[in-house]
Amino acid sequence: MAEKVLMKGNEALAEAALRAGCRFFFGYPITPQTEVAAYMSKRLPQVGGTYLQAESEVAAINMVYGASAAGARVMTSSSSPGISLKSEGISYMAGADLPGVIINIQRGGPGLGGIQPSQSDYWQATRATGHGDFQIFVFAPSTVQEMADCAYEAFDIADRYRIPVMILGDGLLGQMMEPVALPEQRDLSSLPEKPWATSGHRGERAHNVANSLYLTAEELERLNIERYERYQAIKDAEQRCEEYLVDDADIVIVAFGASARVARSAVNAAREQGIRAGLLRPVTLWPFPESAVSAAADSAKALLAVEMNMGQMVDDVRLVANGRVPVEFFGRTGGVIPTPAEVLAKIVEINERSGE
Amino acid sequence: MSKDMQAVFAGFGGQGTLFSGKVVAYAGLIEGREVSWFPSYGPEMRGGTANCSVTVSDSLIGSPLVTEPDAVIAMNQPSFDKFLPMVKKGGIVVADTSMVADLAQREGVRVIGIPATKIAEEAGLKGLANIVLLGRLFAEEPFCSPESLDAALVKCIPPKKAAMLDKNRVAVKLGMES
Repeated sequence: MAEKVLMKGNEALAEAALRAGCRFFFGYPITPQTEVAAYMSKRLPQVGGTYLQAESEVAAINMVYGASAAGARVMTSSSSPGISLKSEGISYMAGADLPGVIINIQRGGPGLGGIQPSQSDYWQATRATGHGDFQIFVFAPSTVQEMADCAYEAFDIADRYRIPVMILGDGLLGQMMEPVALPEQRDLSSLPEKPWATSGHRGERAHNVANSLYLTAEELERLNIERYERYQAIKDAEQRCEEYLVDDADIVIVAFGASARVARSAVNAAREQGIRAGLLRPVTLWPFPESAVSAAADSAKALLAVEMNMGQMVDDVRLVANGRVPVEFFGRTGGVIPTPAEVLAKIVEINERSGE
Repeated sequence: MSKDMQAVFAGFGGQGTLFSGKVVAYAGLIEGREVSWFPSYGPEMRGGTANCSVTVSDSLIGSPLVTEPDAVIAMNQPSFDKFLPMVKKGGIVVADTSMVADLAQREGVRVIGIPATKIAEEAGLKGLANIVLLGRLFAEEPFCSPESLDAALVKCIPPKKAAMLDKNRVAVKLGMES
């Protein structure tokens, strides 16, 4: 295994993307993700890649569309307000079945909001990254190592399913340093063929077209239905979730990313008090790990969603639980990071209630 | 084996608090322990103060944001005033008295003041007050082995600044003997 180095989440993610074969990056600076772009600006020229600081987020995502259509492994990154600007382009990519990797190092919102860590773009990432009938694949790393691992794999997932992949991090994961073992450099000649790419062909085959405009309703319906069949295949094959002390747990916390780190500490503290708590940590937010959450809804007395927002993922937990078990919520918002003590207090409260 | 430590390194931007925090994190990494380092990057930075949270532990680290430190290095008065009340009982604060004029005391907390900026300047080590303070913290609360601390300095000082390595070593020693 590679020697572990101490790196910021933003930088580990960027280096892993390079090693996965990303050779094009288009972006625009915004706190707290700027290190991703800064790192790419330094490293991409060294490996024969292209780094371009676009004039805006809108321009950047359309450059991603173009590079992806031409068959390149391409990435853009931003933070919450910038992702809103990219949403039109993400919808176009989905409509044209173009792969690509989009990083969102979230900050507090709405509007310009703040620059401290937040998870308030969950709905945006899993429901409405743009207009129209579509989903994107969403990873939710929780450590610097996972920032690297998810970035490395994101390109494979994007190519395999021809889908935009988002890595939904936050300012905490982006700015913190932790030990990380970086993945191996991919052999670029081993990357999958893209017979659909709009690359040059000297008249040797029919033209490929990257397009999301279909004026015939029946044709657009057929394409959307086909795309949703692909989404179903992703839901069947790619749900990821980490379980911690769930088997005998009365109270199962569901938390992702930075708040899962806090929740894990709270679970340990609850266990020390004799309360059987556990943690389910979605690693993919779309597809949401329905199977794991459903099993917990059968085995636990209560579920508790812990998030850095006003309550967003809790909707998915409730949909899966479907009334089988009470679903509670605890969150801090605006860039405030919850403390283990706060989460523990909520666990204790639920435990006392469910014991009555 | 050293015990777990949650620490805050705080001062003005440019005093090297982020660097000294990184040295501690790297020392933990070298010893195969769990470590995290998290900088302030919010409105505080705009006010000219910079701090970082460092955790070194034998178990997985939850939030990297340290809210109840075992140890604080304070390089200016606002940092000292902010973090002294947050320190755990039994914890320690090492402050640069060249910068912190009002060294308040708190029951149950060891407050140690050394004129780190003056010590560094008199030894021809301008800009290394952060490492002098780190040396003193290390003497009071050994958070790693001496070998790991030295190896961490080697890791954290880039090759093109290799000339700084020995100066940092001297600064650690001066701090330990202060």
